Amino acid sequence: MKTTRIMIVAVGGQGNILAARLLGEAATAAGITPRMSEFHGMAQRGGVVESMVLLGDGKGYCIADGTADVLLGFEPSETIRAAKKCGAHTVIVSNTSPQPPFTVAMGKAQYFQVDAALAALAGRAKRLVAFDATALALTAGSPLSMNMVMLGGLVQTGILPIPADVFRRVIAEKTKAALVAVNLQAFDLGMRAAEQGAVG
Amino acid sequence: MHGLLKDSIGEQVLLLGNEAIARGALEAGVAFTAAYPGTPSSEIALQFFQISQESDLYFEYSANEKVALEVAAGVAMCGLKTMVSMKHVGLNVASDALMTLAYTGITGSLVLVVADDPFMFSSQNEQDSRWYGKLSGLPILEPSTVAEARDMAAYAFELSEELKLPVILRTTTRINHSSGMVTLGPLRPRITRGRFEKNPFAYVCIPAVSRNLHPKLLDKMARAAEIADNSPWNRIEGDGAWGIVCNGVSYDYVCDALDELGVADRFRVLRVGFSHPFPEQLTRRFLEGCEKVLVVEEGEPCMQEAVRNCAQKSGLTLSIQGKGERLFSRLYEFDPSLVKKVIASFFQQPFTPAVPIRTDDLPEAPARPPNLCPGCPHRATYVAVREVFGDEAIYPTDIGCYTLGLLPPLNMGDFLIAMGAGLGTAGGFARATGRKVVAFIGDSTFFHSGLSPLASAVYNQHDFLVVVLDNGTTGMTGHQPHPGVDLGHLNLPRKPISIEAVVKGLGVENVLTVNPFHHRKTVEAVQQLAECPGVSVLVARAPCPLHERTLPGFRKRRPLHVKPERCRNHHACTTRLACPAFFLREGRIEIDADRCTGCALCAQICPERAIAATPGKETDR
Repeated sequence: MKTTRIMIVAVGGQGNILAARLLGEAATAAGITPRMSEFHGMAQRGGVVESMVLLGDGKGYCIADGTADVLLGFEPSETIRAAKKCGAHTVIVSNTSPQPPFTVAMGKAQYFQVDAALAALAGRAKRLVAFDATALALTAGSPLSMNMVMLGGLVQTGILPIPADVFRRVIAEKTKAALVAVNLQAFDLGMRAAEQGAVG
Repeated sequence: MHGLLKDSIGEQVLLLGNEAIARGALEAGVAFTAAYPGTPSSEIALQFFQISQESDLYFEYSANEKVALEVAAGVAMCGLKTMVSMKHVGLNVASDALMTLAYTGITGSLVLVVADDPFMFSSQNEQDSRWYGKLSGLPILEPSTVAEARDMAAYAFELSEELKLPVILRTTTRINHSSGMVTLGPLRPRITRGRFEKNPFAYVCIPAVSRNLHPKLLDKMARAAEIADNSPWNRIEGDGAWGIVCNGVSYDYVCDALDELGVADRFRVLRVGFSHPFPEQLTRRFLEGCEKVLVVEEGEPCMQEAVRNCAQKSGLTLSIQGKGERLFSRLYEFDPSLVKKVIASFFQQPFTPAVPIRTDDLPEAPARPPNLCPGCPHRATYVAVREVFGDEAIYPTDIGCYTLGLLPPLNMGDFLIAMGAGLGTAGGFARATGRKVVAFIGDSTFFHSGLSPLASAVYNQHDFLVVVLDNGTTGMTGHQPHPGVDLGHLNLPRKPISIEAVVKGLGVENVLTVNPFHHRKTVEAVQQLAECPGVSVLVARAPCPLHERTLPGFRKRRPLHVKPERCRNHHACTTRLACPAFFLREGRIEIDADRCTGCALCAQICPERAIAATPGKETDR
C-alpha cells in the first residue's frame, strides 16, 4: 500500500499525542501497519507538539519537508509554522481557533489574521479544510474533545484508507469512559464541519 | 494489569519504542531494573516503575546514572538479569563504573540502554554514544525499528550472558519516541534471588588484578567480533555494485530512498545492527566487488572510519564516503529527503526532490517558547533573587525545568553545562571575579550530583550562595521521585532525605528554608544569606504545580483576578513575572482563571495591590 504521511501539529495540552495514537490504532484495526513518532519535549510548558503518522509501505518514522499527504493543525499558527511539510499534493485540515502564545497574550508579539493566513495557504496545497474545532468541541460537551473534532475532519477528507466507523469503534474503546459520548459527538461534528469547511 | 505484562503470545500491539525495549527485557526475564530519568529514555524506567508495583520485578530510581549502573552491577555479579536505562549524557556519569565493569565482567547479564538525542530535542549536547563501545570494549546493539528494539533488548541479555559482559543497547530519539507494531513473545519468569561467589583476585581491580583482566576483556572482544560477523543483526541486502553502509533509523531512510528512486537492484546495503565490535570480516566481504560506498549514519563518522579500516586491511582503494561537504553532516538528525538526496547525488542518479510549498511570504507564526508554568515556584524564587542581586551577580544554573529561568524577563542563568556543574562552576566564578555568585540547582539534580561539589566548595572555602529549587519531584522528565521524595501515597515506604540535613552535614553553616511564594520573606532570606561569607544555602521549597495536582489531598486554590478599579497599568506583574496565566485585553491586564493556580505571587508584586483571589471561584486544575 502506498504510504500516507500525516503530520499533526498542536500546542501542548491539545491532545495531539492521543489523536495520533487513535489514528494508529484505527489503522491497525483496518489492517494497515502504522509507524508514528512524537515530539513533545516541553509540551506541558507551552511548547509545540508534533506527531508524525505514516501508514502503509516503508520503514521510516519521519516526514520530511514537502512530503506530508495531510497536515492536521490543531491550532492555526501551528498549521502555518508546519506549512513547509506540505507540497502541492497536500490536504490541510486546520482548526481556525487560535491559542495565542504568551508573548502574544502579553502584546509582545503579533498573531496574524487567521482567515487571511489560511486563505494564503489554501491556494498552495491541494485542498484546505478549516473550521472552528474549539467551538465544536464545546458544542460536543468538552474543550478536551477538540482533538476528536480534528480527527473527524481528517476522516471526512477521505484521504485515509480507514472507514469512519473504525474510528468510532476505536474512540469508544480507547478513550476515557466518561468522555466517550462527548468524543463520538465531537468526531461526528468534525466530519460534518469538514464537509462544509473547504476553503480552497 | 500493566499492558506490557500481557501474556498473549503472537498478539500484535502498537508500542512506543521505549515500551518495546521494556517488553523485550521482560520477555528475556529481566529481574532487576534501575534508572535515572532523562529524555528520551524516561519511558523505559516508567514501565519498570509501574510494573514493579504489581510484580516481583525490582525497580529503583537511583540518585544518578552511575549509582543505577553500580546497583545493577552488584546484582549482575550475583547471576541475575539486569537492565539500566539513561540518556546519552547520563552515560558520561555512569562511564567511570562502566569502564572497569568491562574488566570484571559479570556473572549474570546487564543491558545498558543509552538513548542519544541527535538534534538535541531536549539535551545539552548531541554526543554520539557509539564511541563508548571503543572506549569500554563493550558490545553495542542498535535497532532500526520499534519491533527491532524489542527483539534486540531481549537478545542483548543472551549476548551479555554469553560474553559475561555488559551490553550497550544504543537508541536515538527517533526510536525511543516512535511507535510501531510489535508481536508479543512469551514472558520468561524472573529469577529474583542471586548468589555471589567471592573471587577477589578477579573482581577487585587493583593494578595486579586489572593487568590480568584487560587481556581477558580483549579475548571477549575478539569473541564478540566473531559473533558480530555472523550476527543476523548485521546483514547484506542486495548484490549491486554500489554499496551503502547504514545503521539505526538511517537504514529505514536508505531502504525507503532506494525504493522511491527505483534503483534498489543496483545497490548492496550493509545494515549494521551489532556495531561494536565492528563486523570486519562481513564488511570486507561486502566491499569485495563494490565500486564505491556511501556510509549513512547520524552523528559521528564511527562506521565510516571502521569501513575504511576494513578496506585498508583488504588492500582496497575504492571511495568510501559519508561525512563531508555535499554529503552528510555530523550535525543534527537526518530525514528521509536528505538521505535520498545524498544517495542520488553521490551515485549520480536522477532525482526530483520533494518541493515544499512556498512559505517565506506567509504571515509569520508567533514564536511559542516554552515557559515556566503558571504557579511554578521557580519563577517566584528567581524573582526574589533578582530583586536582591539584579544583574550584579553571576548565576550558574543547572539542568531541569528551572533552566527556563534563562529566558526574559527572569534572565536567571549565565552558565550551564552539566548536571551539578552549577555548584562546581560557582566556586570558579567567585574566585576568578570576586563577584557575588548565586548557583541554582533543582532538588533531583542536587541528589544526582550536587553533593560532591558542595562538599568541595565548603572545604575549599569558596564564597557563593546556593539556591536549591526544591519542587519535590523531578519535574522536566515527568515527575519521577528522588531521594528527597515521600512515596507514601503509592504505598512505597521511603524515608525522604532532608536537603537541609545533608547541606548542614556537609558543613554549610548558614542554611535557610523558605516558601518562595512568600515573596517578602524570601527576599529577606536572600538578603540575610548574601551577608554571610563562605558557602551558604537557601532551600526554596514549594511543590511543582503539575505534580501537586496528582497527589492525594490536593486542594485547588482560588484563582486570582485583577481589580480594574485599582490597576494602574504598571504591568509590574507581567514584566517581572511572565506568568502565562496573564493576558492583555484592550491594553488591560487580565488573568485567565483556568490557568491561574492561585499561587498569589503576582498579588505580592503588584504595587497597587490590584490583584486578589476570586471569592468562591475554584480553578479547574
